[in-house]
Amino acid sequence: MPSASQWRHYPQTYRYEAARCRECGTVHFPPRLVCRQCGTREFETFNLKRTGKVLSHTVIRTPGDAYTGQAPFAVGVVEMDDGVRLTAQIADISFDELKIGMPVRLEFRRMFAEGEGGVLHYGFKAVPVR
Amino acid sequence: MAVGIIGYGAHIPRRRIKVEEIAKVWGADAPSYKKGLELREKSVPGLDEDTITLSVEAARNALTRAGIDPQDIGAVYVGSESHPYAVKPSGATVAEAIGATPACHCADFEFACKAGSEGMFVAYGLVKAGLIKYGLGIGGDTSQGAPGDALEYSAAAGAAAFIMGAEEEKIVATIDETFSFMTDTPDFWRREHQFYPSHGGRFTGEPAYFRTVTGAVKGILDKSGMKPGDFQYAIFHQPNGKFPKRVGAKLGFSFEQIDTGRVVPTLGNTYSGSSPIGLTAVLDIAKPGDRVMMCSYGSGAGSDAFIFTVRDRIKEVQDLAPKTRWLLDENVQYVEYGEYAKLRRKIRMAE
Amino acid sequence: MRDVAVIGVGMQKWGELWAKSLRDIFVESALLAMDDAGVKEIDSLYVGSMTPGLFSGQEHLGSVCADYLGQRHIPATRVESACASGGLAFRLAWMEVASGISDVVMAGGVEKMTDVSGGGATYALATAADMTWEGVSGVTFPGLYAMMAVAHMDKYGTTREQLAHVAVKNHENGSKNPRAQFPMKVSVEQVINSVKVADPLNILDCSPITDGAACAILVPADKVKDYTKPGVKIIGSGHANDTIALHDRADMTTIRAATEAAAQAYKMANKRPEDIDFAEVHDCFTIAEIVISEALGFFEPGKGGPAAEAGETALTGKMPINVSGGLKSKGHPVGATGIAQIVELTEQLRGESGERQVKDARVGLAQNMGGSGGSSVVHILEVM
Repeated sequence: MPSASQWRHYPQTYRYEAARCRECGTVHFPPRLVCRQCGTREFETFNLKRTGKVLSHTVIRTPGDAYTGQAPFAVGVVEMDDGVRLTAQIADISFDELKIGMPVRLEFRRMFAEGEGGVLHYGFKAVPVR
Repeated sequence: MAVGIIGYGAHIPRRRIKVEEIAKVWGADAPSYKKGLELREKSVPGLDEDTITLSVEAARNALTRAGIDPQDIGAVYVGSESHPYAVKPSGATVAEAIGATPACHCADFEFACKAGSEGMFVAYGLVKAGLIKYGLGIGGDTSQGAPGDALEYSAAAGAAAFIMGAEEEKIVATIDETFSFMTDTPDFWRREHQFYPSHGGRFTGEPAYFRTVTGAVKGILDKSGMKPGDFQYAIFHQPNGKFPKRVGAKLGFSFEQIDTGRVVPTLGNTYSGSSPIGLTAVLDIAKPGDRVMMCSYGSGAGSDAFIFTVRDRIKEVQDLAPKTRWLLDENVQYVEYGEYAKLRRKIRMAE
Repeated sequence: MRDVAVIGVGMQKWGELWAKSLRDIFVESALLAMDDAGVKEIDSLYVGSMTPGLFSGQEHLGSVCADYLGQRHIPATRVESACASGGLAFRLAWMEVASGISDVVMAGGVEKMTDVSGGGATYALATAADMTWEGVSGVTFPGLYAMMAVAHMDKYGTTREQLAHVAVKNHENGSKNPRAQFPMKVSVEQVINSVKVADPLNILDCSPITDGAACAILVPADKVKDYTKPGVKIIGSGHANDTIALHDRADMTTIRAATEAAAQAYKMANKRPEDIDFAEVHDCFTIAEIVISEALGFFEPGKGGPAAEAGETALTGKMPINVSGGLKSKGHPVGATGIAQIVELTEQLRGESGERQVKDARVGLAQNMGGSGGSSVVHILEVM
């Protein structure tokens, strides 16, 4: 994957920058051009609070090529405290701890490297709030 | 004008490996390593953790304690000997992640284990010179120790971040004095493209660590007119549990003064994070009025010494972010050598 | 708008067809369909294929297929909607005949998945998900459905065994299907103890990697008498989308795209779920069949699991689902699946299904789906 496609999303992957519709208040992560609730095109940007809770989870045991060597790893759908949902790896956890409703926090992590000489991709993973 | 730390924070990976686990694989005598190094276990970074990620989380904790707008940070410095890139500064990613860009100076520092204190020194200097409003200095590492080598027992991972500022009401600890002692000493090094560092065995002791740390501490005591007894806490670079004890005793510090900042027994040597993380452990429990001395050491060789006075505001910020002792004692998961070798990329993978 | 009927279908045995290329596989099934219909020429072709580009490095598939089928100058369109590519190709073919633009249109589907590695196939399939915002987590397709299963189990008490029963039933049906990739029977224990893929799903909960194609020929219903074999009428068609990312769905325990597409089809056909005699649904994973059986209105929300366990969806049950063996046993060459469902419906409604024949089959429903439910296409066919 070329660097630009990762770089343009740094505000989201590094700082959790989201957009709130000025009309109906629906939060979008990532920000969009059109509100998916009311169709308005006006938004205000803000950074999401880092905390949320797990709505569902699984353990990936057969990943795609970019993630071989990392398996097995947990993944979950997280509902952020600001009301928007996202999908994230759940790190620093033993799999028997995975539970619907568990509180998590987004942390800065290395997602993967493009081979031995390529760009390093950073982003967010969810870690349990302990 | 008082200048000092307005926010601080540490970040330590969750995993640990015990000395026994490593000794078992290499047929070494664990008790004698534990006794000789005064070290029981060390932190192990995950495959998804590196100097940049640890620095970002430490910086976030510092930012929480500082309570400032990250846009006002005028410089971000990361010191490490395990920067993920040889060319592309760790500081740039850290600055982007915390929202300090684009009006921000940035540079990566390197000087073995004292790269972190360098960043702190320069950030402090720029604030003091009035060139920037706030400066962020970070020391972090995920250094490697060669398999079976003595350094494998101690090479660990962690980061500490300090935001420097000059606003009276924000300072949690003033920086009263600094002194650096540095000579060309070939005790420990890593050539470019080498995966593991090399060292001069016993040469790393007296002629290197002890000579340099002693030189820096004597220099700063001289410059400030202070005596060891004036301090509540002293933090020394800690490649193992023994060296800071010995140098502290030689210089006239008591065990009580150095123990809080001596985090190495259960953390290992976090290289550029070593004395900086020790400093965060002290700040977590320090009281207003406490006098603190920190002296880093980086092979090659040099030491940066600092004298701090803790201010009232420390009480307001200690609980705002994870405390170092909690990171060390509570947030822990043990791994065996095989898992450790996988995580530290010591296993040769298919091309 | 004219009524449209399916007058010919064709599909070869599916599996790992090492010796056959993408275009060979397509042409083989297409010729079977043309022979079944008794036609030498077609007016137009829609071919569904999810990603010949990633699997075979070949795009411009419309041109490739028309060329190699010997129908060089006809309009040929490659259709893509992830795993619903075939169903969507069928719908577009139906529209072209219904509108009067063409009289003989082929709806085909093909996928050649074995020229890439397992990791490469996982990656290619993952492009049906939100590559940026689900992809960022490294989640795979099985992972998305696994999370759907975890949510469904938490909300309704669906059990691991109930999921396994879907696989057992589909393999039981597939064992009677000479075209199926995996016609062997399996037990609940075997399913639950098979290799873990994404908790709680094991490999036997997952549809396989398959090479294969399927084709159907559509003609105006009032022209069926000009052909030899019985036609089967398309009485309902529906197509709907939902959010690309699973995490943006209002309810992760159902597939709204399927419900909405089905609603359109039911309305057009003037039928209700109770009127459907049998259905071919998109069991890319066992949980998908359970969720879809609820989304299509065959069972109340939460009752799909118990129904599967109780045998209600078996060949002789009150609502036979996936009598062909489903994606699970028959195979899932992504773009071909939607058309293979039509093949099954057609043969059943003609009474040609032998051991797998659903008794008194008069109305059949095919539900095809893309990704984790981002799109769905539903068709209802009836004997003429």
